[in-house]
Amino acid sequence: MSDAAIAATLRGMQSCYGNPSSLYEIGQIAKEELERARAQIAACLGAQPREITFTSGGSEADNQAILSAAALGAKRGKKHIVSTAFEHHAVLHTLKKLEKQGYEITLLDVHENGIVLPEEVAAAIREDTCLVSVMYANNEIGTIQPIREIGQICRERGVLFHTDAVQAVGHIPVDVVEDHIDLLSLSAHKFHGPKGIGVLYARKGVLLTSLIEGGAQERGKRAGTENLPAILGMAAALKESCDKMSAVAARLLPLRERLIAGLSAIPYSELNGDRERRLPSNVNFCFEGIEGESLLLLLDDRGVSASSGSACTSGSLDPSHVLLAIGRPHEVAHGSLRLSIGEDITEEEVDKIVRAVREVVEYLRGMSPFWRDLTEGKRKHLFAE
Amino acid sequence: MLYSEKVMDHFRNPRNVGVIENADGVGEVGNPVCGDIMKIYLKIENNIISDVKFETFGCGSAIASSSMATEMVKGKSLDEALAVTNKAVTEALDGLPAHKLHCSVLAEEAIRAALKDYYDKNGIAYDPALFPAESCAHEHEHTGDE
Repeated sequence: MSDAAIAATLRGMQSCYGNPSSLYEIGQIAKEELERARAQIAACLGAQPREITFTSGGSEADNQAILSAAALGAKRGKKHIVSTAFEHHAVLHTLKKLEKQGYEITLLDVHENGIVLPEEVAAAIREDTCLVSVMYANNEIGTIQPIREIGQICRERGVLFHTDAVQAVGHIPVDVVEDHIDLLSLSAHKFHGPKGIGVLYARKGVLLTSLIEGGAQERGKRAGTENLPAILGMAAALKESCDKMSAVAARLLPLRERLIAGLSAIPYSELNGDRERRLPSNVNFCFEGIEGESLLLLLDDRGVSASSGSACTSGSLDPSHVLLAIGRPHEVAHGSLRLSIGEDITEEEVDKIVRAVREVVEYLRGMSPFWRDLTEGKRKHLFAE
Repeated sequence: MLYSEKVMDHFRNPRNVGVIENADGVGEVGNPVCGDIMKIYLKIENNIISDVKFETFGCGSAIASSSMATEMVKGKSLDEALAVTNKAVTEALDGLPAHKLHCSVLAEEAIRAALKDYYDKNGIAYDPALFPAESCAHEHEHTGDE
């Protein structure tokens, strides 16, 4: 967490312990803090304070956004939803649930570069479409979607537009008005705020269905006593992230490019996702002939913390649905590596990472019968050298 | 920590990695789509496994299971090697996480496949029941939307 977020969270615990729903003085102080945080978060998104609903995080916000739009659609006999194949599971699993309840779901192709085409969104919208849900930036491969164009199309066609902006908010500019967004999900821990707290933005007039019944908190749309410390921490973290966003991006872009160039020089490796239209901090590669979990463990020994879309790191049998959605075959998707570079990373550290990855990839290939088959021509390479 | 110290030791410092040229028995199991392949090479003299090497494409527990399995059969008679089960490999590694148990199954199967190759090459009769088809550890549909 950022220092500012920690300080604000502590303040929420120490100085405003009152319940915002109570009428006594410390309750009202807490209420004022809550509303100040709401206004601050709204300002960062170009939204109005009353359009901000606090949730337990991005997953809850995604669930509530989709279920709300689905309920609004059903009232008008519209039960078709357009989304993409590489959404977060909080979106995909919610859509799957709706499919079982009789909704029709169209999942758009995200192509080899991991970017949805606005014209394909336009073509997928039907008379009975009630919602389009496209993530702002992908959580694994970092590709940034043409949200403004998609929002424009949805607005013109009278269809609600939701975006899971968990990876984007605090890292790239997001403006709900200019982007024509009706529903937006965000999560605080993605911008150095606390875990377990997030926001669902719903444009004025878009009626939310409450998932949690009880008290009248959040205008009756999300019952439960507000997690004020986390909310204050989130507001402070978001403000700080938005204030320094352009400076951080300017610093990271050449370093990201250096990392991509360095890893591309490893034979039979490929970058996942568009090289330009991606989050400043995201680098994601596939390496032929090796498996991702063993790569991560050995990189960890060398001081590099990374993650992978390999099935073996997830506990499931299939590799990342994101990598499969951009057309990576299973055997390559198992050998993926995702690096999120921190905002204070240096050129030396980037070079050290490249050396470590190269060494570990070479070492693992040296003991891989799959790699032996590739080098001996018994299996075909999928990547160029 | 996901893995025991034993697993991490065999993963970081795998024993018997490599290839035996003109091996007496070679066994390969798994496939790249599932994300793991194990290949075992055996040198057999007077019914004893005098040398064993492995190559593995796979996760940490796959590499550790291969390493441990080769240690367990080295210097053993063929009958003793056939008696090495995935359970024994797992126990020797001080356990594996539940979703990684199939790695030890692959290790057992790779050893058996190499022994079967040796019997086949040398026209040695054996009970086919000793060598069941590869287990179903990897029989799953790749639907891509778990």
